[in-house]
Amino acid sequence: MPIVGVNRDRLFEALGRKYTDEEFDQLCFEYGIELDDVTSEREMIRKELSKDDASALSEASEDVIYKIDIPANRYDMLCLEGIARALNIFKGRLEAPQYRLADMKGKPLLQLVVKPETALIRPYVVAAVLRGVTFDATRYTSFIDLQDKLHQNLCRQRSLVAIGTHDLAKCRGPFSYEALPPADISFVPLKQTQKFRADELMEHYLANDQKLKKFVPLIKDSLVYPAIYDADRTLLSLPPIINGAATAISLETRDVFIECTATDLTKAKVVLNTVCAMFAEYCAQPYVVEPVEVIDSFGESHVYPDLAPRQIDVPLDYINSRLGLQLEPSTVAKLLRSMQLQVELSSAAAAAAADGSSSSPGSDLVSVPPTRSDILHACDVMEDVAIAYGYNNLSKQIPTTVTQGRELPLNQLTELLRQEVALAGYTEILTWALCSRAENFDAMRCPESAPGSGAVAIGNPQTAEFEVCRTTLLPSALKTIAANKREPLPLRLFELSDVVLLDAERDVGARNERRLVVVHCGKASEFEVIVPDDLAHYQVLNVPREGSSDSSGRMLTGAWGVLSFNQATRS
Amino acid sequence: MAADIEQALLQQLADSADGSIPDSGDFATAVGQDHLKVVGIIKSLEAAEMITVEDISHSRFVLTSEAQAYLSAGSPEVQLFNAVPADGITLAQLKSQLPGDVSDVGFKQAMQQRWVALDKSAGEPRVVRKVDSVTDGAQAQLAAVAAGNELPKGEADALKKRKLIKLDTWKTYRVSKGAKFATQRKKQATELTSEMIASGSWRSEEFKPLNFNSLGLPPSGGHLHPLMKVRSQYRKIFVAMGFQEMPTNNYVESSFWNFDSLFQPQQHPARDAHDTFFLTSPAASDTFPEDYLARVKAVHEHGGHGSAGYGYCWKRSEAQKNLLRTHTTAVSSRMLYKLAQEGFKPAKYFSIDRVFRNEAVDRTHLAEFHQVEGLVCDRGLTLGHLIATLQEFFSRLGMKELRFKPAFNPYTEPSMEIFGYSSELGKWMEVGNSGMFRPEMLQPMGLPPDVNVIAWGLSLERPTMILYGIDNIRDLFGHKVSLSMVKSNPICRMGL
Repeated sequence: MPIVGVNRDRLFEALGRKYTDEEFDQLCFEYGIELDDVTSEREMIRKELSKDDASALSEASEDVIYKIDIPANRYDMLCLEGIARALNIFKGRLEAPQYRLADMKGKPLLQLVVKPETALIRPYVVAAVLRGVTFDATRYTSFIDLQDKLHQNLCRQRSLVAIGTHDLAKCRGPFSYEALPPADISFVPLKQTQKFRADELMEHYLANDQKLKKFVPLIKDSLVYPAIYDADRTLLSLPPIINGAATAISLETRDVFIECTATDLTKAKVVLNTVCAMFAEYCAQPYVVEPVEVIDSFGESHVYPDLAPRQIDVPLDYINSRLGLQLEPSTVAKLLRSMQLQVELSSAAAAAAADGSSSSPGSDLVSVPPTRSDILHACDVMEDVAIAYGYNNLSKQIPTTVTQGRELPLNQLTELLRQEVALAGYTEILTWALCSRAENFDAMRCPESAPGSGAVAIGNPQTAEFEVCRTTLLPSALKTIAANKREPLPLRLFELSDVVLLDAERDVGARNERRLVVVHCGKASEFEVIVPDDLAHYQVLNVPREGSSDSSGRMLTGAWGVLSFNQATRS
Repeated sequence: MAADIEQALLQQLADSADGSIPDSGDFATAVGQDHLKVVGIIKSLEAAEMITVEDISHSRFVLTSEAQAYLSAGSPEVQLFNAVPADGITLAQLKSQLPGDVSDVGFKQAMQQRWVALDKSAGEPRVVRKVDSVTDGAQAQLAAVAAGNELPKGEADALKKRKLIKLDTWKTYRVSKGAKFATQRKKQATELTSEMIASGSWRSEEFKPLNFNSLGLPPSGGHLHPLMKVRSQYRKIFVAMGFQEMPTNNYVESSFWNFDSLFQPQQHPARDAHDTFFLTSPAASDTFPEDYLARVKAVHEHGGHGSAGYGYCWKRSEAQKNLLRTHTTAVSSRMLYKLAQEGFKPAKYFSIDRVFRNEAVDRTHLAEFHQVEGLVCDRGLTLGHLIATLQEFFSRLGMKELRFKPAFNPYTEPSMEIFGYSSELGKWMEVGNSGMFRPEMLQPMGLPPDVNVIAWGLSLERPTMILYGIDNIRDLFGHKVSLSMVKSNPICRMGL
């Protein structure tokens, strides 16, 4: 889940009161966010840097920073503005704002024209304009941080969506979204003073820029790179990597042009809506956004952003039946308002409410603001009612569902057999199903190439310890002995666990098989110790013992006696 | 042997006029035995109260190892004097003729005795004799000590100061008859045997007292692993609450059942290689219930069943990717789909089994751990039902007080994090996650619209670590776990 750092005092200022850490923690708990850490810029630098870097430390602010853990679907709470707005509305201090588009009657829309070649690399673009924005240092930082957080989360490290923001005073429409060969793109990128050719710039970032180099592979090997130009061929951005220096925003910027290029149009719209809704608060006309006309490569016109509330049909009795409550329509409406959702009572419900009679089942339209892209279904609305009502205020009721308890036969057998083997004097061990290829095969003198001895293989293990799923329990039993050399001998160990075998008959191509491994480790081979136990296990299971001679070479001579028992094939 | 010595000692005590042996040292010499052997027998007889014993302390001077060498070669001062020729010798030359210790000590002593002097009149100092001849008094004294004779106190002190002799002390014993004296030792019985009872000899038998402080032999039985002990109790709780166990013995799962069927979008971070073990063999699954798969695709792409959907292009190839299941909810999904196909009837399912995450191993994380999962599937279930079920379940784990926090999970809505108050730790702790499965998950399976599923999950390791006071998960699960930890854990009484 994303963690957002906000200046505590600015947050309290926005919330209109001060909280103790405990009080704020409690508020977070109710709303479903989490106060993860209380720190400061100086504290964070202190943790990251060595102590002798005193200059950075002394410049750092000591203002308290709240690190707040935000649920992964609440993109509208990834900045101070969003958190404060959500909590203010939750506490009833604020009505949910009505986000709307500027009235453009008689005024031409700013245009962004998409060239067909962009389909080769990054086909979608959406855009909007914020007019008359007033930035200060904190707002500006928050604006940049929000883009960062969106890039990390919803935008999947810019692979799905990349955001560019530009000072409209430094460029002019119509804009064009193009895809050009890298050698044909040349510009001064943000934070640089000299011109780079796009392909050289990629090499420069790979070699020198820790932050940007991880995005370079998104376009590096493409024949064409995406680029946005203004009417004078000034480059605005080379998405999803970097903006041009020419149109960079600053504290003095008043009109902001926001573009989002994407491989996923739905997410691009959500990202644009989120950025607009959060920072339209600082526009000359608060919560009013100027639309941009995007002409797609087929010549069709689309106007973005779409800030119109969505309507969802949420029957009142659906909410009540899922929460085990009997709430009145007006109560539900009030609760939902605190979660930024507006309810339009259906005529039947409205009539019932008006004459004071109890609520009748009917459909109610809930309108969802553009900030709440997380709401997909009536169940999401129902959850918001529950949160506003308070999870811990719900009435408890044991379900009347009548069913029979039952163990899985295989697991029941496992439980019984574990007891028996422990009673026979063996100590239970519990080891991992994942191991290295060498441990599973070569170390057991059982080559992987032998017929029928392949293992389920992992393609992306973080360590070589986890390359395959074990096909035998023995290696980890031996590893356990190796890790317990200080224990007095003899060691008598067992494990009853699953191995995983390739099996073309199964829909996933593999199956588990439950196995028992019993290991005796003493100073002499003591084969006679393991044989009576072997017999006893077959007795316990009431199955005849087949004569067996292990020719696999795994029955070791010397200090080891080993029994491997296969429940699945013998019981 | 020992028995003979014991017999001789007891006999001599019986025969002696005053019932005592004045000195065990003399006794040992008389019977021709090492005194130490005699001491062993005396201690044993004393423990049996057959004799009483008084210590006699002895001491005498003996030569140190340095002095042993002077016994024959003469004292260092005499050796040095003899090495000085009549016309003198330089100190360096003199030292080269004698061993290091002898020349240093000898020079110092000879100077003190004024047997030699240092002549500095002609340049380099020379050692010259001051007397014509000397007698070796020190050697004679050492010989006397070696012979066991006493020295006058002054001489003894001087030799002691020169670390040539040291005081040797030892003990012998004056032995007298004890309370249970007899000329034959009677052996104490350690066990009451059936023969003693049959013959009645137990009446006259002496029994060795039991030592209740001894540790005794360690039991030779086996032991169950603490995590498995806790698993056993959890299983009992579920069965007692009417839950049926799910077949979770399939670690390999397709992305379809692990993610897509749970309405987890294909771009979800959990589906990154960073978090999940994807397989190269078997790399992909081909067999799916195709009509169900089509419904899952539809609900992801454009919703339905009252949902807006995610609005993206759903890819079959992404759903085919095989992985090690990241949660047992993949099995819950298969079970609910099966239930819908067989015709819905109310169900309560549970499982406790391994799940896998592509994480670096540390104090709190393993790449595999056990997930505990329970779910109830019925018509008209409410969030209040879920809360009451959780109260019942967790109170059996010893956690009576619960709080719930809103949370986000792709396949449950509402979602609740479960916090429990630990009276041992005196604080609230997150103990699990819960929620109602989304309609977008249940409706494509073919379950009736009014059927609802409430579910919860937690790890088995964390509560076990709290229960057994283990603070590193690697000390609980894996081959590096100490066997003595496995052997020394108490029983798990959870579940009442």
